[in-house]
Amino acid sequence: MNKNGQINRRDFLKIGTFATGGLLVAFTVPDKIPFAKPTATSEAALNAFLRIGTDNSIHITLSKVEMGQGIWTTLPMLIAEELDCDWSQLHVAHSPPGKAGDFLEPPVYKSTGGSETTIREFDRYRMAGAIARTMLVAAAAKRFGVRSEDCRTENSYVIAGNQRISYGDVATEAAKLPVPKVTLRDPKDWKYIGKSRKRLDAPEKINGKARYGFDSQFPGLLTALVSHPPIFGATVKTLDATQAKAIKGVRNVVQIPTGVAVLADHFWAAKQGRDALKIEWNLGENANLDTNMLTDTYRQLAKTEGLTIQKKGNVTSALAKSERSIDAEYSFPYLAHAPMEPLNCTVKIGKDSCEVWAGTQSPLLHQAEVAAFLGLKPEQVQFHTPCIGGSFGRRGSFSSDWVMEAVHIAKASGKFIKLVWTREDDIKGGYYRPIYVHNAQIGIGADGFPTAWQHRIVGQSLFVNTPLADVIAPKGIDYSSVTTGAPYSKSIPDYSFELHTTSVGVPVLPWRSVGSTHTVFVVETLIDELAFLAKTDPVVYRRAFFKNSPRHLAALNLAAEKSAWSKPLPKGQFRGIAVCEAMGSYVAQAVELSVENQAIRVHRVVCAIDCGLAVNPDGVRAQMESGIVFGLTAALYGEITIQNGVVQQSNFHDYPMLRMNDTPIIDVHIVPSTGKMGGAGEPGTAPIAPALANAIFAATGKRFRQLPIPAFW
Amino acid sequence: MPLYQLSINGKKYRVNADAQMPLLWVIRELVGLTGTKYGCGIAQCGACTVHLKGAPVRSCSFPVSAVLNQPITTIEGISNDNSHPVQKAWIDEQVPQCGYCQSGQIMSAVALLRDNPHPSDADINAAMQGNICRCGTYPRIRKAIKRAAATLPKTNGQ
Ligand code: FES
Ligand code: FES
Repeated sequence: MNKNGQINRRDFLKIGTFATGGLLVAFTVPDKIPFAKPTATSEAALNAFLRIGTDNSIHITLSKVEMGQGIWTTLPMLIAEELDCDWSQLHVAHSPPGKAGDFLEPPVYKSTGGSETTIREFDRYRMAGAIARTMLVAAAAKRFGVRSEDCRTENSYVIAGNQRISYGDVATEAAKLPVPKVTLRDPKDWKYIGKSRKRLDAPEKINGKARYGFDSQFPGLLTALVSHPPIFGATVKTLDATQAKAIKGVRNVVQIPTGVAVLADHFWAAKQGRDALKIEWNLGENANLDTNMLTDTYRQLAKTEGLTIQKKGNVTSALAKSERSIDAEYSFPYLAHAPMEPLNCTVKIGKDSCEVWAGTQSPLLHQAEVAAFLGLKPEQVQFHTPCIGGSFGRRGSFSSDWVMEAVHIAKASGKFIKLVWTREDDIKGGYYRPIYVHNAQIGIGADGFPTAWQHRIVGQSLFVNTPLADVIAPKGIDYSSVTTGAPYSKSIPDYSFELHTTSVGVPVLPWRSVGSTHTVFVVETLIDELAFLAKTDPVVYRRAFFKNSPRHLAALNLAAEKSAWSKPLPKGQFRGIAVCEAMGSYVAQAVELSVENQAIRVHRVVCAIDCGLAVNPDGVRAQMESGIVFGLTAALYGEITIQNGVVQQSNFHDYPMLRMNDTPIIDVHIVPSTGKMGGAGEPGTAPIAPALANAIFAATGKRFRQLPIPAFW
Repeated sequence: MPLYQLSINGKKYRVNADAQMPLLWVIRELVGLTGTKYGCGIAQCGACTVHLKGAPVRSCSFPVSAVLNQPITTIEGISNDNSHPVQKAWIDEQVPQCGYCQSGQIMSAVALLRDNPHPSDADINAAMQGNICRCGTYPRIRKAIKRAAATLPKTNGQ
């Protein structure tokens, strides 16, 4: 796009018509990051569509997936802003499966994640709407015998004087016209953008009609459950499936690389069959894995110098000279994502084809992986993306783990299968947010501000050996491990930020808000501690650092104002605050709580976000609420532990979730901002844990340097 | 395998099932109504909530043989046009995100309001704490229940 809002059409779109008529605007949503293996599809493949049917229907096909974050509504708003269409005639779908040679083909859509969808698609989706509208107007003007300039558009109609014609009626003619140059609307004329709009997917999600991957049902489809090894990397030594096969409804038992699959007529039979399997395992090299011991090892490592991320001055000598200091060690556990809909994948392998149904963040990646395994071309693998019952990073699996598991089962059995994971498979199955240990040493100057700061992080890498390694983890330094970890470093003269990357046999994945889940906790609780030692209010103390960071400051100030920070709370209530930048947005949260007999009761959270332009403000608010509940759950309960190689948690009774009765009032405020657009799906998760810990300190005088906050102390 | 006669959303179904088969799988996989969801299988999350004679039960942990003659209502039986006051309130408050838990949430909320048309916050906590929402829609669920309650006639008992 150039400065005038004009698109470079070469990399953007293709116009066409359907056999049934209508106008099709197909456009590319490219990734800055090369996510696919080069074999997958060509760069210029078209992957998002706007189609106007002759019946005046408007079909929008999304290049990205809806997992709850709201893009099913936000992206269509962008098109509608330029198209002047009848919002009630909108039909939205995930990018379709297709056959090689179709006009639409190949159906490339890349990974969804990083809270980036709306940021990246902001121009393209508007452009598609503007191009379609201009063409529809031109076609209508021709019919009317007037100039395009004499027409206006409204609610899917082109109007000139007393003539009016629906988009559907001119869509086929419009498709034959040359592609116009267009200019996007001036923000002051926006009717959709910046105004809260109801979710288009809500109606079918309140009556049972929404079809998730778990709901796939076809004649002849068998349900498969897998007995996974009790220890990561263990393999089958002996298998006795006699009793399993004797269970009514069980059709087959097959061994696959990740365990033993039981195929049955339905879930219940498959579950009983799985329970009846007799398997001995080769335990492998992770049989002694223990998370307590692992954390201790990390602690030792954190005492030694790591790879430099950022360095200035001489932190060692500055620390030695400091009269006052903080010496702090932090630890964070493995965390499961636990999306509400457990993982599942339906696979049908044909002669020269394969069809896959899976709710995933990365269909393109899986398509390439499946094709390579089956010896097919990527376009011979059709991918269907149904509704997705949450993900939070789990369905962004770089190894396509559960999709490949399903494909292995289908291949080994020769059957049409639906793999489902039970909640136990999910909690025990790995792909966790990694364990991290931080070690921080801070020297404090006479004015109460830090003069030296040494900060070391130890943890597994999320991105080495993934398709994103070159971008996020070049030369073995995984920047996602340290992201948002140094917001205060500018004003500290002697500073060192270091990283140790470990290698452990527990598979890990990004988890909502990624590195900020731990870095922000450490930095924001330390700043609170420094403020306390300086006998300064923590909001006032932070402001001193943000003189040149107006967006941090704006979020902080708004949260302080809306929570009436300077006014006293009711007796027995205490507050804490934290602020951060995450995924390009600036979020501050103030927590109000009381502590009685070591039981923490969070009464209210006040959240302020500067995400630049909020395309759908109520959607942003919903994501902040969601992120806060997600972050509070982790801060209060979240912990996966491993003993003798075995994950100790298995379901919601021992990996608990925040529930209605624990949920505070949440007030979200959006900073009016002209800053660069930031994300919304993840940033709300980052500051809640430190704000909570800071409030706990205010209430009890206790500094917790680990998550979750212990149940007893 | 025993034969069971079930009444679901006012329709009669006959199914052959193992006596211990949880009602959830009977509803989803033998009857084919997929609005009722699996989330945990151990009565911890409420995604599978249905009504048995109007009362909420966790169908994942309720054997089909225990249904007897009691009529079952699933999310599909709440209304066929989103016209139930609870569904309307769910739209007004924009509750759903991923949506996966919402069938169960709505079934719990409908049962709550039937017994207690004007619940307090404590009543809402008690009735809804068996339903997990990983997307964290609880604040909106609370508001939606109150909004739906406001549309119901005041009763003497409450
Ligand atoms: S699936 Fe029944 S309570 Fe979770
Ligand atoms: S809306 Fe996603 S779990 Fe509740």
